[in-house]
Amino acid sequence: MTDIASKSDPRLKSRHASEKRFKAYGIIAILVSLGFLALMVTTILVQGIPAFSKNYIGLTIVFDEEVIDPDGVRDPAKLGSANYTKLARSALRELFPDVKKRKDRRKLNGILSSDVGYELRNMVLADLSLIGKTKQVWLSASDEAELYFKRQISTELPEDQRKLDDTQIGWLDTLTQAGVVDTRFNTPFLTSGDSREPELAGIMGAVLGSFFTLLVCFVLSFPIGTLAAIYLEEYAPKSRLNRLIEVNINNLAAVPSIVFGLLGLAILLNTFGLPRSTPLVGGMVLALMTLPTIIIASRASLRAVPPSIREAALGVGASKTQTTFHHVAPLALPGMLTGAIIGMAQALGETAPLLMIGMVAFIVDLPGGVTDAATALPVQIFLWADSPERGSVEKTSAAIIVLLIFLVIMNLAAILLRRKLETRW
Amino acid sequence: MDMQAARVDLGKPVEIMPEINKITSKDVDVYYGEKQALKQVTLDIPEKQVTALIGPSGCGKSTYLRCLNRMNDVIDICRVTGSIKLDGQDIYAPEVDAVTLRAHVGMVFQKPNPFPKSIFENVAYGPKIHGLASSKSELEGIVESSLKRASLWDEVADRLEQPGTGLSGGQQQRLCIARAIAVRPEVILMDEPCSALDPIATAKIEELIDELRENFTIVIVTHSMQQAARVSQKTAFFHLGELVENGTTSDIFTKPQDERTGNYVTGRIG
Repeated sequence: MTDIASKSDPRLKSRHASEKRFKAYGIIAILVSLGFLALMVTTILVQGIPAFSKNYIGLTIVFDEEVIDPDGVRDPAKLGSANYTKLARSALRELFPDVKKRKDRRKLNGILSSDVGYELRNMVLADLSLIGKTKQVWLSASDEAELYFKRQISTELPEDQRKLDDTQIGWLDTLTQAGVVDTRFNTPFLTSGDSREPELAGIMGAVLGSFFTLLVCFVLSFPIGTLAAIYLEEYAPKSRLNRLIEVNINNLAAVPSIVFGLLGLAILLNTFGLPRSTPLVGGMVLALMTLPTIIIASRASLRAVPPSIREAALGVGASKTQTTFHHVAPLALPGMLTGAIIGMAQALGETAPLLMIGMVAFIVDLPGGVTDAATALPVQIFLWADSPERGSVEKTSAAIIVLLIFLVIMNLAAILLRRKLETRW
Repeated sequence: MDMQAARVDLGKPVEIMPEINKITSKDVDVYYGEKQALKQVTLDIPEKQVTALIGPSGCGKSTYLRCLNRMNDVIDICRVTGSIKLDGQDIYAPEVDAVTLRAHVGMVFQKPNPFPKSIFENVAYGPKIHGLASSKSELEGIVESSLKRASLWDEVADRLEQPGTGLSGGQQQRLCIARAIAVRPEVILMDEPCSALDPIATAKIEELIDELRENFTIVIVTHSMQQAARVSQKTAFFHLGELVENGTTSDIFTKPQDERTGNYVTGRIG
């Protein structure tokens, strides 16, 4: 009699053991990758989150007419060029009347951002009635003060190795105790362009640059890619040439992106003389890079449309083009869009080709269109990571957070879109 | 051995009336690349009758059917020689447009294949692309009459906006028949229209085919000899790419001339 409950069979044991072993390997592999992912995300979050808050110092500013508008004619050009920094500095000196020496005064001024003059000027230009009045306003702290408020400058370091010496730290502590230091959400980070001063640098320029670049990229690559896929899949004879093209499109998808950048530099910039550092050229280069992805995804989704649908349309006397555009393409559209969004997400994260065509420039102004010089999100990360200021570290991580958020949104959109448009038959 | 074939009801007697041949084909050869799928097929299809094409799998009956509305054109490697005439006009002549031809020779496929659109859209699509309706109400009229002729109207009249893919298999197939009728073809080709359906749905389709015979010339490919016997007036038996025998259905089933036909209809081969 066969004993099927027997556990003593050595082959059975080794079979079970090998199954368990394989499962364990799988779980370990997943845990390790999850661990690295968690480590990466946590590091970025820990470093980047502080960049989303910003410290302001409250100063009682005397909007002295003598300084702002000595002639009293309220001429906007004159008002714009007045020395507002002086107002902020004298207000600061009022708080610390003991600081007399020239060198100390300079140190005292160093706790305010070099941008306070602009901040005051904008306030005055927005509200002329301020002139002659005295009012408490909140002004940006300098990079170093900012770091101190965020506890990123350790007081345990020897004084000569710190960006702030003991007197400056003393002043900042005094200000904190006096309740004139305020931590707020860092709106300027999200709304302004790049700056040499880390406390003033914003991500908006890069976000807009990426937006315009992707816009150009999508407008070029989606129609060309999907139409090419439709032609190759539905119309082109299944010849050797067609297969050769398919192989080469697959190869193109594997070409390192910097090669596309070189192509853009050599042809778009040098031969055609298009403006450098612009989203127009960036988008064109990225479109070249995205095209294979879109073509491959579109062909796959066209192939997934059952042949019976084509037969049904042909059977009622629809022409090839009617069959394709009334029935096959609409059914393949969700797959095509998903492919396009994934391609766009790749393009959003692409840095190398943009470096080649000059989108790595330091640009303060927000780009207003596709022909304005701009930078893109990943390039902005590269620029900040490269910058020597201590405050750029948190900016780098914050920019990565912004980029990742956009990537997650795009991938989510791809999934939702596919789910919404998918037809079951 | 299956003796059922010998017991089937051979249907109503064929009306004696002058036969007009709707389709005449002569010496039709079909090649898929190097492989010859049909050899010298010469067959006439009478008007307003049901012609059944029977034979074992791979015998070329579907290939022949697809020659009649040039569905084989979409296969790159397929080549057709010989002559096939619809009302005396060669359908493979260079001046004939395959798309126009298909509006005259409609087709119903093996697997029900409604468009993933509403029931209304499924039927309305053909008339729309051929410009058969000049107004919305006319289009609605065509849809209604087509669905009625496909005996589907009563079941779907109150849910025309629902997807055609949501119907049952038999209803889907009748929807496909309605879709084919809607373009007012003269000939309807049916490629094993019941092979994916249960017996009850099959019975309904067969009943429908019998009704449609009044207005259309029907060519049906079937694997079921009982079905051929039930619905058709003419039968053609194919074997290995050759047309072995054709004639009235009762002759084919009761007095086969060729041994292979006899063996097939009695279930000895196939």
